[in-house]
Amino acid sequence: MAPPPEPPVPGRTPPDPMVPCVARVRRRRRDAPQVWTLDLEVDGGDGTKNFPFAPGQFNMLTVFGVGEVPISLSGDPAKPGCLVHTVRAVGAVSDALARLGPGDPVGLRGPFGAGWPMTEAAGRDVVIVAGGLGLAPLRPALYQLFAGRARYGKIVLLYGARSPDDILFRREIESWRRRLDIEIEVTVDHASSVWHGHVGVVTTLISRADFDPLHAIALVCGPEVMMRFAITALRHSGLDDQSIYLSMERNMKCAIGFCGHCQFGPVFVCRDGPVFRHDRVQSLLALKEI
Amino acid sequence: MEGLERIVKEHPFFAGLEEGFLNLVCGCAKNVRFEAGQYLFHEGEPADQFYLIRHGRIALELTAPGRGAIIFQTLTEGEIVGVSWVIPPYRWTYDARALDLLRAIAIDAACLRQKCEADHDLGYEMMKRFLPILVQRLQATRLQILDVYGAPA
Repeated sequence: MAPPPEPPVPGRTPPDPMVPCVARVRRRRRDAPQVWTLDLEVDGGDGTKNFPFAPGQFNMLTVFGVGEVPISLSGDPAKPGCLVHTVRAVGAVSDALARLGPGDPVGLRGPFGAGWPMTEAAGRDVVIVAGGLGLAPLRPALYQLFAGRARYGKIVLLYGARSPDDILFRREIESWRRRLDIEIEVTVDHASSVWHGHVGVVTTLISRADFDPLHAIALVCGPEVMMRFAITALRHSGLDDQSIYLSMERNMKCAIGFCGHCQFGPVFVCRDGPVFRHDRVQSLLALKEI
Repeated sequence: MEGLERIVKEHPFFAGLEEGFLNLVCGCAKNVRFEAGQYLFHEGEPADQFYLIRHGRIALELTAPGRGAIIFQTLTEGEIVGVSWVIPPYRWTYDARALDLLRAIAIDAACLRQKCEADHDLGYEMMKRFLPILVQRLQATRLQILDVYGAPA
């Protein structure tokens, strides 16, 4: 009898990017209503568990028997042995993903896509504007910024959530706030009178933030409407279109620019994005249909 | 008075205001202070003042039956509280509460409205400064109404 085929080694030139490897859930925790973070572990087959990725990239995760969805990596790129994904349970697959527990298998393909411009950010002020679940794909960038803090100018994190209960990674944000070398502002769209933080949309924080627009780069992630408003506010603050990057979300299926599901005008979000420089997609953002 | 003029002049809302207009505005201005939790005004009351925040934060609230007070916006140092004084019937449409010790300049709205009527150049200057704030708040409200982060099921 022939020996079983070697399992694909994720992140290290898999033989076929369409074939998933099997990861296992190591830990699952609730981060907000309907939002769960899964720590996955992959055995590369040769005993290695490393899965290198860049901030802003995504994986295709499969719940066997249910389906496959693209999910951004939300963990620390310096810890490639633990693959962290933050999922909002809104559909059949994401709901099934959110219900998985320790030891459960997950099909995994990736990492895919172009990530955040960490090299271009060196030497500049970095303004991060996140809305809702949009903080998840930006968290790896924040980890990398913190790890190489001396290489960057001011770091400003502006985060907006729907309500105080919906704030993602709350404990971690509180720990980041204790750092003296980063400005963090959190706002919610509405709150009861017991909330003592900011209330108002995240874009209102941009004009109050302290950064040099001529030497700054902005990383924006959130619902597309929010990103459009954020871009307007960033431009109003003096940033040019070449200094604004955004992460787009489209219906990604194959993740390798083959099937066309995520085609966005002349680009494929899965292959050419999901992170784009604003001037490359700005003409497409306001279109009702493409 | 000179101290008040300096404070008004240095507030971002009046940045670059010409000297003559500044004197007119300062003639309607006074220093005010509110303790944390104290209300600046309540919904339905006459909008007879507006405020330039110097220090501290303010919550703008609406009260809904069964839900209590809902904060829909907070304002902080360098910002303006109150636009209802510009538009008839000059009544507040929400409550404003100091979140912490608040120091502000209160501008007597009736006084400034009279001066704007008498000097349309001053009135136009005020409109040019208030209109962008109204537009910004309108845009923010649009985004809030869209509830882009989605309601939990």
